[in-house]
This record gives sequence, C-alpha cells and structure tokens, in this order.
Amino acid sequence: MKLVLQSFCMSKTDFDIHYTAKLARLELTQQEEETFGRQIGQIIDYVEQLQQLDVTDVEPTAHPVPLVNVTRKDEVRGSLSNEEALSNAPAKGNGLFMVPKIVE
Amino acid sequence: MDTNTSLSSLRHRLQEGETSSREIVAAYLKRIDASNPDLNALIHVDSEGSLAQADLVDQSLVADPKPDNKPLLGMPIAIKGNIADKGQPLTCASKMLENFVSPYDATVVSKLKKAGAIIIGRANLDEFAMGSSTENSSSNLTRNPWSRDHIPGGSSGGSAAAVTAGFCASALGSDTGGSIRQPASFCGCVGLKPSYGRVSRYGLTAFASSLDQIGPLSREVRDTAIMLNVVAGHDGYDSTSVPQDTEDFTQSLGEDIKGLKIGLPKEYFVEGLAPEVKSAVEKAVSRYEKLGAEIEEVSLPHTEYAIATYYIICTAEASANLARFDGIRYGARVDGKDPVELYSKTRGAGFGSEVKRRIILGTYVLSSGYYDAYYIRAQKTRTLIRQDFQKTFEKVDLLLTPTVPTPAFKIGEKSADPLQMYLTDIFTISANLVGNCGVSLPCGFTENPKLPIGLQLMGKPFEESTLLKAAYAYEQSTDWSSVMPS
Repeated sequence: MKLVLQSFCMSKTDFDIHYTAKLARLELTQQEEETFGRQIGQIIDYVEQLQQLDVTDVEPTAHPVPLVNVTRKDEVRGSLSNEEALSNAPAKGNGLFMVPKIVE
Repeated sequence: MDTNTSLSSLRHRLQEGETSSREIVAAYLKRIDASNPDLNALIHVDSEGSLAQADLVDQSLVADPKPDNKPLLGMPIAIKGNIADKGQPLTCASKMLENFVSPYDATVVSKLKKAGAIIIGRANLDEFAMGSSTENSSSNLTRNPWSRDHIPGGSSGGSAAAVTAGFCASALGSDTGGSIRQPASFCGCVGLKPSYGRVSRYGLTAFASSLDQIGPLSREVRDTAIMLNVVAGHDGYDSTSVPQDTEDFTQSLGEDIKGLKIGLPKEYFVEGLAPEVKSAVEKAVSRYEKLGAEIEEVSLPHTEYAIATYYIICTAEASANLARFDGIRYGARVDGKDPVELYSKTRGAGFGSEVKRRIILGTYVLSSGYYDAYYIRAQKTRTLIRQDFQKTFEKVDLLLTPTVPTPAFKIGEKSADPLQMYLTDIFTISANLVGNCGVSLPCGFTENPKLPIGLQLMGKPFEESTLLKAAYAYEQSTDWSSVMPS
C-alpha cells in the first residue's frame, strides 16, 4: 500500500456535475462546475478501487452498533415554544415561516 | 497566573482556595486576548458571561467549599463551534449559519454545565466539520501554536490549538474520521474519540451520523478521563447512544500494564510514513515494551480500502444531513422565484467549497443507478474492515499506530487538492467505520521546524478504561506533555 498518490488519468466515470448538483439543489457557478467536476472526478476514480474487492455474500454495515427498536414512552413533554422555533427563521409572520408562493 | 496547566491541577488549586474562579477566568481571558488574534483558535469568546459565572462559582464555594459532583467547577472549557450552547452562536464555521443562535443545549453542554464548567468560547473548525486542516472556515483559518506557517489539523483544529495555547482547561471536539485525534497529534495534546454510542450526539450538528462522536481534547490523559466521566452516558434524546453503566475512567489510571497485549498493524508502517514520525512511534513501542506490554505484529488487510469506503459513506450521509439547510426554517436565505430556486440559490451562496464537493459526491453515490455500485459496496467493505478489527481484537487488547503519517503540513499545502487532504486520514478513519475508541497522545517532535508527533492507541468498543490506562502509563514515563510552544 502507498500513502502517496501518483498521477491520475482522466475520469472514466460518466459523472455529470451539472445534473448531480441539480439533484442536490445546489447552484454552482461555471467556474465551480469546472473545478469541482475535475476534483470529484479524481475522487470517483480513486474510490473505484473498491470494485476490485469480492463482496459476494458480505452483509452491508450501516451502523457500528446496531440498536433495534429504540423507543420511548409515548408521553407528552415539553418542546421549543413557537417563538423559539421561529427565532432563527429568515422570514416569519403570524407565528409561521414565510415561504415563496407555491400555488398560483 | 499561568494558563499552561492541567485541568486536574487547576481544579485542585481552586478547591484548596489557592485561587478564585474569577482569577482563573480572568487569566484565561487575558491569554486569549493576547494570542487569539494571531492564532484564531476561538471564533467566539463569552468574556462577560464567563466572568459572571465565575463570580457565582466563587459565591457557591463560600457556602459549600467541597461540593459533590462538580468535577469541572470553575473550569474554563471551549467547545467546538458545531455544538449547541443555548443563547450562544452556533455557526459551524459556515456562512449558512452566520447568525444562528442555539435555541437549546446539546446534552454534552448540559452535562458540562451541571458539572460546574464555564463555557469560555467556541472553537474554530472546518465548515460543518468537513476537512482536515481548519482552512475551510467562514471565520478564517486557525494557525498551529507551534508554528504560525502550519495548520493545526482539523476539523477540531480550533479546539486543539486552544488547549495547546492555554485558552481553556480542556475542550470538546467532534471526530467523524479523525477530527479530534489528528489535530491533537498536530498540536501536541491528548485527543480522545470515544466508542460510537458512548457520548450523546444530541445538539451536535450532524455531518455523518453513523460516524460522528463527540470527545475531549486536553493537556493530559487524566484530564481526558475527567472530561469523559462528565460527558459519557446514555441519552434518551439520541437513539444511537448505547445504554452502558457509568464508569469512573480515572480509576484505571496508574494501574500496571504488564502483560497488556499491544498489536502493531503492519499496514500502518509502510511507504509514505515520514521518517521522524516512524522513529518517534518506534521509540514509543520500545517504551511500552519496557513498561511490560507484549508487542506483536498484526494485520488489518483491508486498510487500503478504508479511505475510499469512508469518503463514500461520509459524503452520502452528509448529503442527507445537510438537506435541512434549505433557507426556510433557519439560517441564510437567498430569494428565488419559486421554492426550488430559493433552495438552490441559498445553498449555493451559504456553503463553502468543501461542503459543496461533499454534498455533490454524496448525492452522486446515492443516486439511482449508482447506489449499489458505490454506497452499498462501501457498506459491504465497511463490514470487511470491521471483521479485520474484530479478529485482531481477539488476539490483542490494543492497537498502536502513528496518528497521522506526517507532522502538521503548511497552510495552503493541500487545500487545492482535496484527495491529497483526504489521504492524511488513513490511520484514523477505521476507528469511526468500526466504532471502536481511539486516542492520540504526544510522542515526540520533529526537529526543524519543531512540530509535535502523535501516537494513536485504539481499543475495543467500550473499553476506554484499558485505552486510557495504557495512554497514562506511557505519558507518565515520558515528559512530552510538559513541553510547551514558545
């Protein structure tokens, strides 16, 4: 194993930064699309090494300590007040979050 | 008053009436005033609040000079800027949360306050804890107290620098892939990542929920144990916190380590390891042998896949966790003609480069058509890495490795190349993937420039007592922890 990476070939993947950023609801400038596209392409090429491993019959690990059915008693308890919940809102009115018009 | 002192001795001096809480806080604030403008370890200092609390502590000591259950009474503690402290800013070093004020306390913060601690300020970090250098901060970078040209590590770089510079008696950080241990190594302090589920994550801004864990950074191992005693424990507000009996982690300190089996994973002593790091760690191994530990070479064969596995899983989880920053309920907002445009513009303006890269990569590996090839495959590799550790921990009690392959790098050295930055995490990320505990402690210095070198010990899940016992034995047999930056 080497800790220092050598040079990279161009990305082999069909990664489409414009489409993926749209899925993530993330507006990028043209410059960002170019720079991040190249950088993420390199990272994807690097993680391709996982394809070399045989993972047949290996169960996926989603979590280091699997706890199942974590529940609490169904009882009423305190929570943030309306005022506290709205305290960091960028726009509010009448005790509600204000959002752009959705329905014409 | 010298702020280059351990938490335990500071607490002792306060208890014995040799100093007052106000005197302590004033001394730390003075130290912060003198050096923080240069280091930028703290991004928010609560001077007034801390002094007011100190006066309350002094009053309480008159009424009850030896209070029970106040192990941190009057101790100035810094918390990483992604941990909620009611009424205080919680920026996560992001423009997105520039004006956010915490409406509640994180469980760890409630516990600190209950133990008598004074939260003196918030430490700098890489935005949303994404990074290894504290260069990705909307509040400017932090400098290493040992050399102003070098980074302090990250993402808890502010916490590590604040401890080393004497800005606080101890600090909290968070560790998703080494973010406590790596800066502890680069700044020359002790940084503990507890076992996953040991400490509640409630009130920690989520980055990668199956990997994140809060832990202390301190000057000494005993301070680390005292801090862990306070913050550990099951919490009903975090469904991933594990029900465990409470322990006193200072109990095992000072116990003999004769016969303790320590494994050296051969995959961690390879090409790319800086010669001075290698030599310092080898000397530490000899020291452990002298202390009576049994050293044995072991193998963790899937180590080379850990970085790829980690960066798929952590970005996938981050892309889901950071979906909450949509400009609607809290944080920044940039208006758009419809909600979707508002989300996109807000997120485009509010997030920094590294956060954007990770959200995009995480979205990609979770997207239709790639989910099985990347995300599920990484989760399967995570199983293989976990099995490596399980098998190894049947043979040995602890693993000993360098914390990072190199000492602290220069400001700007890796910031243009994210992949090179990711590779510095190679020795720390497996503990997060597996959920075991790990600690970094000082084991020497490079010569020119003089920069700290860190030694990592990793223990079985929920065996922090054994881990800290071994760390303490080494620390007590050397004098690294007493060497301070000039």
